[in-house]
Amino acid sequence: MFMWMIKRDLLLAMRRQSDVLTTLFFFIIVVSLFPLSVGPEMNMLRTMAPGVVWVAALLASMLSLGRMFSNDYLDGTLEQMLLSPQSLSFLVLGKALAHWLVTGVPLVLMAPVLGIQYDLPVEALFVLTAALLLGTPVLSLIGAIGAALTLGLRGGGVLVSLLVLPLYIPVLIFGAGAVEANMAGVGFDAHLSLIGAFLLVSLVFAPWAAASSLRVSLE
Amino acid sequence: MLQGISLACVRGDRELFKDINFSLEAGGLMQVRGPNGSGKTSLLRMLCGLSNPAAGEILWNGASIRSLNGDYFAAMTYIGHLSGTKDDLTVIENLRISSALAGYEINDTQASEALGYMGLGGREVLPVKILSQGQRRRVALARLLVCKTSLWILDEPLVALDVLAVKLIRELLEQHLKQGGMVVMTTHQEIDLTATSTTQLHLA
Repeated sequence: MFMWMIKRDLLLAMRRQSDVLTTLFFFIIVVSLFPLSVGPEMNMLRTMAPGVVWVAALLASMLSLGRMFSNDYLDGTLEQMLLSPQSLSFLVLGKALAHWLVTGVPLVLMAPVLGIQYDLPVEALFVLTAALLLGTPVLSLIGAIGAALTLGLRGGGVLVSLLVLPLYIPVLIFGAGAVEANMAGVGFDAHLSLIGAFLLVSLVFAPWAAASSLRVSLE
Repeated sequence: MLQGISLACVRGDRELFKDINFSLEAGGLMQVRGPNGSGKTSLLRMLCGLSNPAAGEILWNGASIRSLNGDYFAAMTYIGHLSGTKDDLTVIENLRISSALAGYEINDTQASEALGYMGLGGREVLPVKILSQGQRRRVALARLLVCKTSLWILDEPLVALDVLAVKLIRELLEQHLKQGGMVVMTTHQEIDLTATSTTQLHLA
């Protein structure tokens, strides 16, 4: 059933490619605008690169959070998910994973290409990609809680950012920190380990929290 | 066996109903009646476990449905006002995915058979968004054919259906009841079903 959930969401994403592309283009545009506006000062660009890429990834992932459950809520499929004999947490995990595959993975793949604009050394590009690979699933998982809590509310979009952003900040700090540490010649393992720890914790708790919020939202 | 013990429902500061008692045996049919806004849908949502009763308890084979959770959901199919179909998916994908999520994985042949029975033969690969209301309803109801659950909770299943489809659903319900299944439904249309025991529940 878990696989069906992922398959369904990927199928839906394929039928509505505009939704997926919006997120990706937003990310590309934000990251590309900075070098153009700041000017070709290599040192400055190199220092700001990790921060800019991570902030853009954060905002891009948040852009698509509203759609995570709202369509299913409106057409009644969410109701049916709640009544599935499979535990709701698993289904939510499936949905979060599908959300990551659709919005997170394209960002991870684009990041090294965009990083070239900032004159990042090759090793830093690898670290940036690795950090995003570990960090973007956390964004989808934590985002699922926010999306579930604000389901069916008017102005849910603003509320979701208020709820979710504070929880995103640790990932942002350590994600950008990993790249900075690498460029400064210090080890970046600690940063990546911490993001890995966030990932594990959110893998366990986020689906459960989101599932409970969905039950409350649908009552 | 499905039992309701002194159920009550409160919406805001309005009490929709209280002290609702019923017991539904195998092969039994319960028709919930009442004017608009009397709480029919609220009662049905309670019975399927989507919301909690303000007071009272719902028992499935003697155990509270709260404690049963997944085991109860595996024995029950709920079709509500919302069709639970995805507009962007085709008819057959919708049926296969919704029944897989309900715990019944079916292949294309089984799905086509069920859709053919519901009068949707030849429309399997059309996206649901171009179907009419009645056809969407048929897609949703096709799930009853493939999910072998014993309790069906149907909220206005006949809405938007034509005469022929109503006849189909009647046959389907009677067959289910004959095999010892249970049906809880609301409808404003007259439909006479033969069941071993029929309960009429009136909400004021």
